[in-house]
Amino acid sequence: MIIEISNLVKRFGKHTVLDGVSLSVEPGEVLVIFGPSGSGKSTLLRCINGLEGANGGKIVVDGIGLDHNKEHIRQVRAECGMVFQQFNLFPHLSVLENICLPQRAVRKRNPEEAQAVAKKLLERVGLLEKKDAFPAQLSGGQQQRVAIARALAMNPKIMLFDEPTSALDPEMIGEVLDVMKKLAKEGMTMLVVTHEMGFAREVAKRLIFLEQGKIVEEGRPEEILICPKSKRTAEFLGRVL
Amino acid sequence: MGAQLLILESDWLAGQLKVLWQILLYLLPVVPVTIELTLLSFGLAILLGIFVGIARISHHPLIEKSSKAYVDILRGVPLLVQIFFIYFGLGKVLHLSSFVAGVLAIGIGYSAYLAETVRGGIQSIPKGQYEAALSLGMTRAQMMRYIILPQSLRLVVPPMANDFIACLKDTSLVSVIGMRELTRAGREFYSQYFVDFQTWLVVGLLYLALTLGLSRLVVWMERKFKVHGLGEKST
Repeated sequence: MIIEISNLVKRFGKHTVLDGVSLSVEPGEVLVIFGPSGSGKSTLLRCINGLEGANGGKIVVDGIGLDHNKEHIRQVRAECGMVFQQFNLFPHLSVLENICLPQRAVRKRNPEEAQAVAKKLLERVGLLEKKDAFPAQLSGGQQQRVAIARALAMNPKIMLFDEPTSALDPEMIGEVLDVMKKLAKEGMTMLVVTHEMGFAREVAKRLIFLEQGKIVEEGRPEEILICPKSKRTAEFLGRVL
Repeated sequence: MGAQLLILESDWLAGQLKVLWQILLYLLPVVPVTIELTLLSFGLAILLGIFVGIARISHHPLIEKSSKAYVDILRGVPLLVQIFFIYFGLGKVLHLSSFVAGVLAIGIGYSAYLAETVRGGIQSIPKGQYEAALSLGMTRAQMMRYIILPQSLRLVVPPMANDFIACLKDTSLVSVIGMRELTRAGREFYSQYFVDFQTWLVVGLLYLALTLGLSRLVVWMERKFKVHGLGEKST
């Protein structure tokens, strides 16, 4: 297991966002997490790479336990690439620098090495010709593809996607999903929070329905999408499909 | 009669212009001192201000509290009093010249204002930037150095420019500890020749020329350091 979560609890003040979530992920698995807003999906992803500290339970990522040790948290983060809803590219850096700077700072690569990696990845997401542009000069879809390239440049073992297409205009969703599908086929371990059920059906090995901080149902996409066991899952799917 | 008055008036005007010219010639060589005072003390203020500004948002309660006290005290005590304090207090112990004492006093005094400006700049960077940097595995120090500070320092150029202009004007306060800068030189001229209005008019115009020149420079800098999409909240 590359990710092992047991009985994870996260509270914001009095509000319990994650209420005893347990989950194991195999290497190469593509997991889609869906559920109504406020169900804790994003918080779950953010706990896995230590952006949120848990209030209870245990998380082990690639053999490293997430505790209060800052060095452990950093090691886990370097193994988990994260893609955000709002892209979060660095606006003061060119596309190429967005991808090179973290490699130099965290992976200690020299500038030539970092550039070579960055160019290869930009080619992979189809944006090599934009390498000298600044983020604000790109469309949302292009920004998100750069953000994926930036995360991949750190050679993560796991990729976390937090609603990667929710902030995009409909015509740009496809280009981002295509990059993600390619990544899934190459065997990347992926945890994806999304409501793109077409994507889920095509590439997910497992679907998880989260509601009020609890896993209500999980299973293979064809099981859950076609005949969900829980009434709540069925209702929710009825609204998003 | 009428013609005579006209001649008298033009004589008077010529005389006045000559006086102003003399004052200008007397004061111009001192202008570099005021500029030097401003640049050195503001440079010190920026260095201290960045440092204290970062301390202001520290999670460590002792660092946060003491930096807040630093800012509150320095902003709550008149700069003139701070200048006296440093020159007559610290200065007498350490044998500081009035120039060094002046630079220290203004630099430290203004660092409190700059710290607040820097803090505002840092806090206006969206949370997503912090999260992106951390999620890539950067340390907090790397995140501040490569991601947060470069963006916030560009954002604070305009408010800092206001502080800079105020700082230039406040260098006139060091005249009270015997530093011979523009205001002090103006007083010298006045006490030698007893032309009050004209002297202070020229002194005022020289400050005005300096501050207007600076504002121009700032507009140019803002254009040069402008970054696409920076400061606009990402949607």
